[in-house]
Order: sequence, then C-alpha cells, then structure tokens
Amino acid sequence: MRVLAAVSGGVDSAVALARAVDAGHDVTAVHLALARNPASTRTGARGCCTLEDARDARRAADVVGVPFYVWDLAERFHADVIDDFVAEYAAGRTPNPCLRCNEKIKFAAVLDRAVALGFDAVVTGHHARLSGGVLRRSVDAAKDQSYVLAVLSADQLAHAMFPLGDSTKDAVRAEAAARGLAVADKPDSHDICFIADGDTRGFLRRALGDRPGAVVDAETGDVVGRHEGAYGFTVGQRRGLGLSRPGGDPRYVLSIEPVGGTVTVGPGSMLDVGLVTGSRPVWTSGSAPGPAFDCLAQLRAHSAPVPASVTVGSAGHGTVGVRLAEPVRGIATGQAVVLYDGDTVLGSATITATAGVETAGAGIPAR
Amino acid sequence: MHYLDHAATTPMLPEAVDAVAAALRETGNPSSLHAAGRRARRVVEESRERLAAAVGAKPYEVVFTGGGTEADNLAVKGIFWARRDADPRRRLVLAGAVEHHAVVDSVQWLQRHEGAEVRWLPVDAYGRVRPETLAAALADAEGTAALVSVMWANNEVGTVQPIAELAAIAAGHRVPFHTDAVQAVGALPVDFGRSGADALTLTGHKLGGPVGAGALVLGRDVACAPLLHGGGQEREVRSGTLNTAAIAGLAVATEAAVAARSVTAARVSGLRDELVAGVLARVPDAVLSGDPADRLPGNAHFAFPGCEGDSLLMLLDARGVQCSTGSACSAGVAQPSHVLTAMGVEPSLARGSLRFSLGHSSTGADVDALLAALPGAVERSRRAVLASASSR
Repeated sequence: MRVLAAVSGGVDSAVALARAVDAGHDVTAVHLALARNPASTRTGARGCCTLEDARDARRAADVVGVPFYVWDLAERFHADVIDDFVAEYAAGRTPNPCLRCNEKIKFAAVLDRAVALGFDAVVTGHHARLSGGVLRRSVDAAKDQSYVLAVLSADQLAHAMFPLGDSTKDAVRAEAAARGLAVADKPDSHDICFIADGDTRGFLRRALGDRPGAVVDAETGDVVGRHEGAYGFTVGQRRGLGLSRPGGDPRYVLSIEPVGGTVTVGPGSMLDVGLVTGSRPVWTSGSAPGPAFDCLAQLRAHSAPVPASVTVGSAGHGTVGVRLAEPVRGIATGQAVVLYDGDTVLGSATITATAGVETAGAGIPAR
Repeated sequence: MHYLDHAATTPMLPEAVDAVAAALRETGNPSSLHAAGRRARRVVEESRERLAAAVGAKPYEVVFTGGGTEADNLAVKGIFWARRDADPRRRLVLAGAVEHHAVVDSVQWLQRHEGAEVRWLPVDAYGRVRPETLAAALADAEGTAALVSVMWANNEVGTVQPIAELAAIAAGHRVPFHTDAVQAVGALPVDFGRSGADALTLTGHKLGGPVGAGALVLGRDVACAPLLHGGGQEREVRSGTLNTAAIAGLAVATEAAVAARSVTAARVSGLRDELVAGVLARVPDAVLSGDPADRLPGNAHFAFPGCEGDSLLMLLDARGVQCSTGSACSAGVAQPSHVLTAMGVEPSLARGSLRFSLGHSSTGADVDALLAALPGAVERSRRAVLASASSR
C-alpha cells in the first residue's frame, strides 16, 4: 500500500514509520506544522510543534530512508482544535483537544488530502491496536490511546494504521534505539501542545478575557467566593478554588453555568454521577451494537472503565444514555464517553449531561 | 532521477572537482610566509585572476567569501555602514522588491537594528524594476541614499533586470549600486566593469563549482565595512583563513562556465522552450511567470491554478522528477513567495507555483520525464485542494 506516515518528531511516530516501511509499504513521511509561528511555540523536547521537533521528524525519515515533507495545517488546526477548545471552555465544558485533533486534523484534513493524492492510509504512532476495522486497547495499558481514537468513524479507521498497538512503550523506545533513531530517549509529551507554558487558565484568560462571577455553595446557597472567569474551572476540581470557608469540608466544583458565570461547589458526595448522556455517537463498526447493551464505559482519558448499560437514542444516532453500574466522581461535560467490550472499542459520544446516582434509577433524563 | 533544480545547486564540473581535490591534498595557509604558504597563496591569487578575468573585473576587486549569502550580507551591511559613517544622513537603502532573502533579510536587519530607512523598489508584472522607478526614488532621496541593491536575474521567475541602466542611474546620483548576480554568472553575459555596478555577488555552486565558495566583486573605490573581523585577509574587508581548495574550484568552474556560456545557454534555453511549450500543451491553464523572453536560459516557472505547489512537488518527486516551489522554507513550510506577491500574483495562484530549472547537465529526457509525470500530478493536486475545501 501507499501510506502516509505522520511523524511528530517523537519516538512513537518514528518507530511507527519504520515499522510501516518494514511491512513493505511504500511510505512517505509528513510532519504536520500546526503552530502558526513554530519559532514562538515552546522550546525543549516536549512538544510536537517546534522547529526542533520538525528537525527530529525529518531526521527520523532520513534514517529510515523515506521522503519527508511538511504539511502546513496551522490554519485548520487553529480553527478546528484551538478555537473549539476555547469555545468549549467558554460554554462551561471541558474539551479534549487531542481527540478533536484526531477527528478533525489527522484523520480528516490530512487523510482526505492523502487519499486525494493517491495514498491508501495514514500511519500514526498511537498506542492502540487496529485490525480488520476493530479498534482495541494497546497491550501497554498505561500508554493506551484508544480513548482519543474512539471518535474515529468506521470509514476513518478503514484508512488508518497504528503499528505500535502490540508493543509496550518500553519496547518502542528500545526499538528506536536499536534502529539508531535519535529520538529514542526523547521525553513523552504530556501537556496540551498549543499551550506553551502549560498554564491552561492563563491561556484561556488571554483568549476570553476576564469574566468575573460568583462561586456558590450548593448546600447553603451562599456566595463563598469570586472568580475571574468560569472557564478556569473544571467539574470535579478541588484545588485553587480560593474559597472563604474556614474549617469546612472540602469543596469541589459541581457545575459551571457559563452565561451568568456561576460556579457551584459542594461536597464530594454530590459529584457522584450515575447516568451520562452523550451526543453525536460514533460507532467504530459503523452502527450501534444494539438498541440497548451492556459494556464498559470510560469517562476520561486516563481513568478506569466502569460497567455500564447503554441505551441508544432513536434511529441509532443523536444521543446515547449510559447508566453506570457504580458511581463515578467528577464527570465534566465536553469530555468523551468511550464504550468498550473488554478491550475493544465500540464507540464514543460527547458528554452533554450528567445526573446523580439518585436520579439515575429513573432512566434517561429528558436532555 | 531527473534533476530540474539547477537553480538550487548544479552538478560540479569535473575540472572543478579535480581542482578542489588537488588543492585539498596540499598543506598551506595562504597567509603563511614559508614555502607551503606561498604555494597556497599562488593557487588563491591565480584563482583570483582567473575569476576576475571571467567576469570582467580586476583581480584586486575580487573578495572571496563563504558563498553568495555572505557576499550579499557584506555588500548590503558593509556599504551601508561605510556610507553612514562617512555621512550620517545617508541611511536610506533602496532594494528591489523581488530580491533574494540574503538581501531582503539583510536590509530588514539594518532597518530594525541600525536605523536604516528602506525603500522597496516595486516591480512590474514580470518582476522587473523599471529604470524610471529607480530614477524617481533616487530623485526623491537626494543626499540620503546609502546604497541601491537590485539582483541581476531573479532566482524564482528568471526575469533579467536592466542592470546597466539601473547602475547608470545610481551612478548619476553617486550612490553605490550592488547586484546579486548569483543566478546570472555563467548563464548570461556578465561583465562587472561594463555593467557599471559597484559591487556584485557570485557563488560557486550555481555554476558548477563547490558550495561554500563565493565572491563579492567590489569596486576598488567602494567603501565597505567588514562583517567578519580578524586577520584582514581579503582587503581588510573579509577576515578568515582563505579556503584555498574551494577558491580553486570556484575559479575553475567560473572560467569554464563563462567560456562555455553561449553554447550552453543556447542548448539549455532550447530545452527550456520545449519544456514551456510541453507544459502549456498538457496543462493549458498553466501560467508562465516572469518575462517570457528576457529570462534566465534554464528557468521555467509556472503557476498551476487550483493546485498546491508542495503537493505537486511531492507527487513529481515520487515519479523521480525533482523541482522546487521556488519559495523560501522554514521547517519546510512554504511561505507565500514575496517575489510573486510583489509581481501582483494572487495568493491562491502563487500557492500553486513550481520552478523547473535546467543547467549544463540537463537533457531532453529530463524534460520528457517531467511532461510525462506532470498531468497526473496536476490532476491529483487539484483533487487534494478540492478535498480539503469540501471537508471543512
């Protein structure tokens, strides 16, 4: 096959590239330029968007012996990922930009362009297994990235290759070293790639400005603090609330009301969620396993999945209701709920509403 | 493999390789006084004489540099500094809007850090600075101009500038005139003395010599402050131990390229005309950029409507045809070409541009390979543009 390998300059994509060549494919490497001004984004070895990363990616392609090009997707990335990230926070939700980047950039803008140019698939260094259209967790549970890939449709997955899913991260690093890839020891990237200093709240303040509001206690109704912008909070957050409640129980963010800017806090017990509603479900196989089914649900990028019963909305699209067998604390809207059968991804949806344990027994809420 | 990127770098001539290799086997710093030094010095000075003769200059006027970029930096910054030091009012730099980045960025640096005023000389739709444009700009700037810099021929679109006319206008205002002739030497008749220019940049690897060797041909009476300070080896204008082997290769290549120029240029421009006709026959809406007649013999630059230059380049590369988008890269990301922008080309059209450049080793097979691969590449590139527009 003619395949396009997206190389970030990190160790994973470099090894994925090499494995695609070993598998006999006709491989071309591309580095995605996502920052409008690469020289001004963060330096150091943590990102995927600096000039140093571009050089590392080019060097990996040279070592493997395949053509290398840079594709400038900065405008698309800004519109589809960064602007979306800011808008989601402004609406009181907590987005996952990596997931959005996979959905809109790597397996949409890049894939569409690649197919038009005559390529059959896009190869990335994600840690997940993909075979016959079935997406599964990586064998390395700690590095598994199936959560951020679960947003891909059956058609997108049909044009994707993840050569690293059967390997642990340690094995990937060792292989990189054995292949003479200089990025073998490069640290993993953890932070959001377009927030150079890791200060998400500061980034959002620059984008959205000050939007002061009140922090209200859910139990007493009292105003217990003020804030400069509700976008600085995430449901489940405990630290940095700046409350004037000496001696009280710990308080957590329960909900964010973006229009009035009210942040509601309360005891941890009120964070327990028993029912999640998701919109825009994407089914890995192309259709839902059934109108109602039992599975595992994962509600954050790095959290343990919990048993759940799923009800699919009318006509198989629109919404899903996910009733959790055990309460999960601090679920933020905007995140994805990813449904698994064992380690196989069934599909995903964007969380639009949550309900407490008490109401969960009553079935799917109206919204 | 079919190499259609001679304007980026052209294969070394065998005699230049031999000259470099022979000199590399010898020990000696040309500045040393002993026998080894004298032997190296002799190679350098003979090279200076041969190079000077090939471009119509006097040996003393040849200042060897590490290449074209250094020579451009030296001319622009060095002449600016010398003129400003002599008369603080002379801080205006006039430069063509389609200059190479070695000139553009030097001028912008002077603007940011040295208090230079800048006037970019606009070009016509072919990328040419019209003499009346320079005349008007200099008439406007009496007593304040530090220097004028206009390239001999454009590296992207190939248009040849009216250098003698421009230099005469600058001379009439007693303003030093620099020309970047990197693409011109060996391709066009270049005679420094007759051109009337005060400073001229040339480099080895565009004419069959080695990379890392170039020269600023600098008129005897043109004041120029050094960029590199040290031993003062080159007329006190350029310091650094002379690169004897590279200089030998540069001189041999320049001499050979200039001697063969009329024959090579006729053959190469014949091939280029076939290429242009073939491209226009296969892609009828392709637009030839630059002056259709008065251009570098090996240059063919096209805009392909509805295409992206970088995807065309990739698709042609996959078919063994090597060319260039002709624009500067930062981490490989194509920036809109300032040359095409200055010529008034729409950004969407500029994005679909490719430069094919032929040289002394080009053959009809190179042109045929391009013409065979191009229609399919154009079709795919157009599909990719449509795909990204529809997936929005």
